[in-house]
Amino acid sequence: MSWFRKKKFPKKNVADKRVNIPEGLWIKCNNCKEIIYKKEVERNCDICPKCNYHFRIGARKRLELIYDNGQYEEFDTHLRPKDPLGFKDVVKYRDRLRDYQERTGLWDALIRAAGTVDDYKIIICAFEFSFMGGSMASVVGEKLSRGMERAALEKVPFMSIASSGGARMQEGLISLMQMAKTSAATIKLEEAGVPFISLLTDPTMGGVSASFAMLGDIIIAEPKALIGFAGPRVIEQTRGQTLPEGFQRAEFLLEHGMIDMIVSRKELRNKLIGILNYFQNRLK
Amino acid sequence: MIRYYLDFEKPLQELYQEIERLRELADTNKEYRVDIKKMEKKLAKQQREIFNNLTPWQRTQLARHPDRPYCNDYAKLMLDDFIPLHGDRCFAEDSSIVGGLGRMDGLSIVLLGHQKGRDTKQKIAHNFGMPHPEGYRKALRLMRLAEKFNKPVITLIDTPGAYPGLGAEERGQSGAIAINLREMFRLKVPIIAVVTGEGGSGGALALGVADKVLMLEHSIYSVISPESCAAILWRNSSKAKDAAEPLKLTAKDAYKLKIIDEIAPEPPCGAHHDHKAVAKILRRVILNNLEELRQFSVDELLSARYTKYRRIGQLDE
Repeated sequence: MSWFRKKKFPKKNVADKRVNIPEGLWIKCNNCKEIIYKKEVERNCDICPKCNYHFRIGARKRLELIYDNGQYEEFDTHLRPKDPLGFKDVVKYRDRLRDYQERTGLWDALIRAAGTVDDYKIIICAFEFSFMGGSMASVVGEKLSRGMERAALEKVPFMSIASSGGARMQEGLISLMQMAKTSAATIKLEEAGVPFISLLTDPTMGGVSASFAMLGDIIIAEPKALIGFAGPRVIEQTRGQTLPEGFQRAEFLLEHGMIDMIVSRKELRNKLIGILNYFQNRLK
Repeated sequence: MIRYYLDFEKPLQELYQEIERLRELADTNKEYRVDIKKMEKKLAKQQREIFNNLTPWQRTQLARHPDRPYCNDYAKLMLDDFIPLHGDRCFAEDSSIVGGLGRMDGLSIVLLGHQKGRDTKQKIAHNFGMPHPEGYRKALRLMRLAEKFNKPVITLIDTPGAYPGLGAEERGQSGAIAINLREMFRLKVPIIAVVTGEGGSGGALALGVADKVLMLEHSIYSVISPESCAAILWRNSSKAKDAAEPLKLTAKDAYKLKIIDEIAPEPPCGAHHDHKAVAKILRRVILNNLEELRQFSVDELLSARYTKYRRIGQLDE
C-alpha cells in the first residue's frame, strides 16, 4: 500500500550540529550524581551502572532495544502536523514544530512500527519525548489509532510506549479529543482478541496517562518513572500539600495497584517475549 | 436576579437597579411605565453591545460566573422529578459529581453532572466541582445503571478539571478517567453531553464522550485552563487573559472545529441572569436531540459514536 512508503524526512542539520559539538566522554547521573563513562552507560541500555537510574531515551533507541536485531518497519511516516488553531504564544506553533522537526528528524512525537520480537509479530507505537515533550495532538492520536486498528485487523499484539507530558495545548480541543479517540481504539483490540501491552516510561502524565496508556491489558512501567494525572508541582501548589518521597513514581503506582509490574529496560525484551509467548501468536 | 457583577457587566447593573426602582414606583403611579419602557430599551441595547462582543476571556469569566446555574439547578428546573443517587460502591461518595434518576417530559433519563456549589460551605462540600476518581466511578456506575434499564444518559459538564491531589493520584485519577472514556464508547444507550459552564480538560471529557455534544452559548471547553496555559507558556498565570485567545475555547470555536454538534443559546444576559429561561431552552434542545437519537439502533449509535471521534484531528498526509 502506498501510504506505507516512506516519504522525505525533515532535514536533520540542527541535530547534527549539536552532535558535532565536542562533548565530554563522561556524564553525570541525574539520580546518584555519580560521574560515569558515557559509553558504559550506553552499553548498559542507558541505565546508570551505579544506581540503576534509567536515562530518558528516544523512540528509535527503544524500538531497537526491543525488536529482533533492532530492526523494524515504520508506518505513517508521511503524517505531518498542521496548525488548526493558528496558535501563537511567544513563538508561533508552526515555528515551534519546524524547530522540533529539525532537531528530531521526526514530523511529530510518535513512531508507529511493526516488526518481530523473538519471531512474534508486534506493532509498537513509541513516543518521542524530545519532540515537544511527547505531547499528544492530531498526528500522535491518528498514528496510535491506526496502529491499534491495524493490530486488530491483523490480529497482532499491540504495544504502546508512553513518554509524554500529556495533551498538546497548541492544538487545543483537538488534542483533548485524541484522548477519547485513542481510548476508543483500545476497544478494537479487545474485540479482535488482541493483547494490548502498555509500557509507561518517564514521564507519562496528563492526557496520555488518562487515556489509552492506562487501558493496557498488561501495564508495565520502567523503574522510577513519573506517572500520574496532575504534575507534582501543580498538586503542591493547589493545597500546599507536601508530597511523600517517591510520589507518582512507578513503585508508588505498583503499591497502589495501578500497574502490573516494573521492569528494568535490560529485562524488558525478555519479559515481553514471555508475555507474547503466553498469548501464543507465533508466526513460525 | 444576579447578585454578582463582572466588570464588563457593571454598566448593566445600574440600569437593572433603576428599572427595579421604577417598577416599585409604578405600582402607585402609572406614569412611570413609559419610563420603564424607555429604560428597558436602553438596557436591551446595552446588553446587545456587551454580549455580542465578548472576548474569549470575558466568556471564560461568564462560564465561571458564580451565579451560573449548576447541575442541581438544572435538575430542579428541567426535570419533572429527580431522585439523586450516591456513591461509587467502592470508596466514597464524591459530591463534585451529582446524578440520579429523572423524568423529562415524561421520559425517564439518567442525569449526571459536575456540581460546583454556591456558598463557601457548598463549594467545599462539592470540592469546587473537581472530582476525585470515585466521582468518575460513580458517574460510570450511574451510566451502567442507565444502560441496564435502557434509559438515555444526559451529562452536564461544568468543572475546572479533575482534582489535582495526593488522594486522587493514589486512587488512580488517570485510570478512572481513561476507563470512563472507553466505557462511554460502548454504552448501549444514547448519550447527550452539554457543557454548561467550564469544560476543564480531561476532567470534563470524562463525562463528555457522547452521541451529541452541546455547549451553552457562554460556556468554554478547553484542553487546559487559560491560567495553566499562561503559567507554562509565559511562566506567569496572570497572563490568563492572553492565553484565552489562542486556546480557542469558546462555543463558537468548538463548533467551527467540529468538536461539538450544537450551540444552545442563552437568554440575552447570560444563563446566570435567568436560570428558568436557560433551563427551558436547554430542556427543549435536549428533548429534540433525544428524539433524533431515538431513531438509531444500538449498533448504529455505537458505530456513529466511534466514527465521530475517530475523525477528529487535522493533519497533512
